[in-house]
Amino acid sequence: MRFLLTLLLIATLVLGVWTFMDAHNHGWWLPPNVSSYGPHIDQLFYLILGMVGFFFVLTEGILIWCVFRYARKSETKADFTHGNHKLEMLWTAIPGALLLVITFTQMGTWAEIKYKGSFPNVAPIAEVWASQFDWRVRYPGDDGKFGTMDDIENPFEFVVPVNEPVLFHLRSRDVIHSFFVPYLRLKQDAMPGMVIPVWFQVTQEGSYDLVCAELCGWGHYKMAGRLRVVSRAAYEEWLKKAKLEMLSNGTEDKS
Amino acid sequence: MRDAAHTAPGGHASAHAMQAVSAGAVHLGLGAPGTVHEIHEHRELGFLRKYVFSTDHKVIGIQFMFTGLVFFLVGGLMAMAIRWQLAWPWTEMPVVGRILFPNTGRVISPEFYTMLFTMHGTIMIFFVIIPLLTGAFGNFLIPLMVGAPDMAFPKLNMIGYWAMIPAAFCALISFGLEGGGPAAGWTAYPPLSTIEKAAPGSLHAQTFWLLALTFVGASSMMGAVNYVTTIVKMRAPGLTMMRLPMTVWGLFIAALLQLFALPVLTAASIMQILDRVVHTGFFTPTNLLVNQLSPETAGAAAGGQPLLWQHLFWFYSHPAVYIMVVPAMGFASDILSTHARKPLFGYKPMVYSIMSIAGLGFIVWGHHMFMSGMNPALGMTFMVSTIMIALPSCVKVFNWLATLWGSRIHLTSAMLNALAFVAMFIIGGLSGIWMASTPVDIYIHDTYIVVAHFHYIVFAGSVFAIFGAIYHWFPKMFGRQMNETLGKIHFVGTFVFTNCVFYMMHQLGIAGLMRRTADPYAYDVYAHLQPLNQFISISAFCLFAWQIFFVVNLFHSIFWGKRAGRNPWRSCTLEWEAPSPPGHGNFDRRLAVHRGPYEYGTPEVQEDYLPQARSL
Repeated sequence: MRFLLTLLLIATLVLGVWTFMDAHNHGWWLPPNVSSYGPHIDQLFYLILGMVGFFFVLTEGILIWCVFRYARKSETKADFTHGNHKLEMLWTAIPGALLLVITFTQMGTWAEIKYKGSFPNVAPIAEVWASQFDWRVRYPGDDGKFGTMDDIENPFEFVVPVNEPVLFHLRSRDVIHSFFVPYLRLKQDAMPGMVIPVWFQVTQEGSYDLVCAELCGWGHYKMAGRLRVVSRAAYEEWLKKAKLEMLSNGTEDKS
Repeated sequence: MRDAAHTAPGGHASAHAMQAVSAGAVHLGLGAPGTVHEIHEHRELGFLRKYVFSTDHKVIGIQFMFTGLVFFLVGGLMAMAIRWQLAWPWTEMPVVGRILFPNTGRVISPEFYTMLFTMHGTIMIFFVIIPLLTGAFGNFLIPLMVGAPDMAFPKLNMIGYWAMIPAAFCALISFGLEGGGPAAGWTAYPPLSTIEKAAPGSLHAQTFWLLALTFVGASSMMGAVNYVTTIVKMRAPGLTMMRLPMTVWGLFIAALLQLFALPVLTAASIMQILDRVVHTGFFTPTNLLVNQLSPETAGAAAGGQPLLWQHLFWFYSHPAVYIMVVPAMGFASDILSTHARKPLFGYKPMVYSIMSIAGLGFIVWGHHMFMSGMNPALGMTFMVSTIMIALPSCVKVFNWLATLWGSRIHLTSAMLNALAFVAMFIIGGLSGIWMASTPVDIYIHDTYIVVAHFHYIVFAGSVFAIFGAIYHWFPKMFGRQMNETLGKIHFVGTFVFTNCVFYMMHQLGIAGLMRRTADPYAYDVYAHLQPLNQFISISAFCLFAWQIFFVVNLFHSIFWGKRAGRNPWRSCTLEWEAPSPPGHGNFDRRLAVHRGPYEYGTPEVQEDYLPQARSL
């Protein structure tokens, strides 16, 4: 049993580390990042990965050694000790200091993404409304205000210009939803009764999955949306066309 | 130094308890708490009073254990159905699909899927892990380990168990109600849970779900009052708080957590019941439009705040996470020390770290709400407290490892499971740091890495500790030993498949896969994850099937296991002074405690252990 358990624990350790190292070859890893603050999040992810990886190998390693070395049959008694004050101080102080370092390194990025003080100084480009089970994006139209006659409502697709900061208002019509774009490393719950400003800046044109990350009912799994990122010129053009389309069929928003 | 002769505080309480325990017994005297009396004249109790409506803590503990294990099977079956859907979405379920889903083409419907994971979580947390840890082992072990004849309030204890029955009834009946079972997740976030039209099962099922939660809460509360009173007031002479085994410490701290946190959950669930039944507006905001209908036109009050529920819910449910692991830490400490024949390293730091986990546990609930729209500055403070709670867990791990260093490990089934607890708790604890970090949490919140994390703590951690505890204390419960060969076979398969299932979930989470989705493969970003999910599902089916070894071993050993003496593990703590199984009143001789609980390998005596109650 001693060899079997040692083997099982070694397998856990080796396969555990190997899985994390090999995962990107299978796409079991962070998807490519396309936002301006994404690299900061990824760096923090790797920083923590490095630290927990070290402690994983260290502690599991000690455990494996203990099982291998001390599970042997022996006629003698175990070492008789109730503890060691110095050791306790050591393994409280070092992880404590490391955890404090981890804590402080996180703060800047969190403030950068979520604090109102660091929001870009731009007018909100749109309101994103979540409801069971779709996304609707409302652009303010010429008057720059939401909830007026010239609003442009676009279902499913959130079109934004590339390489500039975008601020939008996240709202929910019914239950709690969550705006999640994995490629952007961005997530924010849409809370009914609250208007939540969110910002991002995309660095690469493309079309990205927008998913709902908070259980919102039976159709939660199919609450798909799209984030389409285009050049400034293409964005202006799209907006103009959307306006014309809206005028031609006379839709208006009643809410 | 307290010794046999002293009169400890609490003589009154214990005497009172003893009278309650042994109705019809001779007067037991008002001696020191926990003093054990040789004379037990019992009125023979009928079958019902002895085995069903028993006030004996041991019977109640075993009742909790079997109830918990039955629900473990139910919750496990639900997990299997969830795994089927995730591996092969919308495909016919072989064999059982015909019986379970005749109306949806033998396929799990999306509505049913939401009910499945809602009830899987609810059952596993409230009907399996908490009852097994605190209900089963709390009841069975506390009086034995503190040297008391029974709990302080035996009748309350019995009511505590029987409060689980209406809870179970409400939880299970909700599936049969119109619209199906509760479908708002085990977290029951409003407005999804408060508005009838928002989720199919929300008609009455959600109300019953809330009632179930309230009953479970009442049950835990009665248990917690009992545990705290018994531990504080009924310890054997000489058994100071700092001589208690870690199991008792873990259960004590868990009981305190329940005492302080549960009232909040009970209040919150009553508020949600009011929102649903009499249309108050605690949690429902104004101007909603659900299914084209405004709840206000249906007479519901509005102006509520969904975030309020999240605060109240997590104020209980985060400490509940520690309720689900702190006793397990205690079991593991005791099992490790006993089977490694070496004193627990750093007893005091171990006690203090449990205390600080519990203390900090009350100020970290906001980390469940980082993405909720709560003020991000508040998120920052919750991040600091959450990361710092890793420190006491870290201290515990190092102390366990130091306990093993230089020890003489006996690889019994109990020990294997306790070692697995340590190995798995390390993984679950470390992955928690990602979640505590607010910026990283922006990405991983509500993804499978969270699922991996808490399953490593609660399944791979607590469940291994529970298996270990069953193997370890089974001789005391039934007077027989479990089969070691079957125990080892069970352990190896469980260990391998557990890791296959839950380790790979980290990968799903890092790839961004969110929880609670019935069919994620429609999205480009998740389409390639199906093969990995199939691997996880097959491993999960194997893990489930492998438990047959445990079930067979359990029942076989109850009836035909090798007879165990009083102290088959040569353990130091007080429960092993009693006969196996202990009779009514537990101990058949006077107990006096002379030392701490972990005197293994002591040079004072020839043998490699020196029991707490042996005088030199």
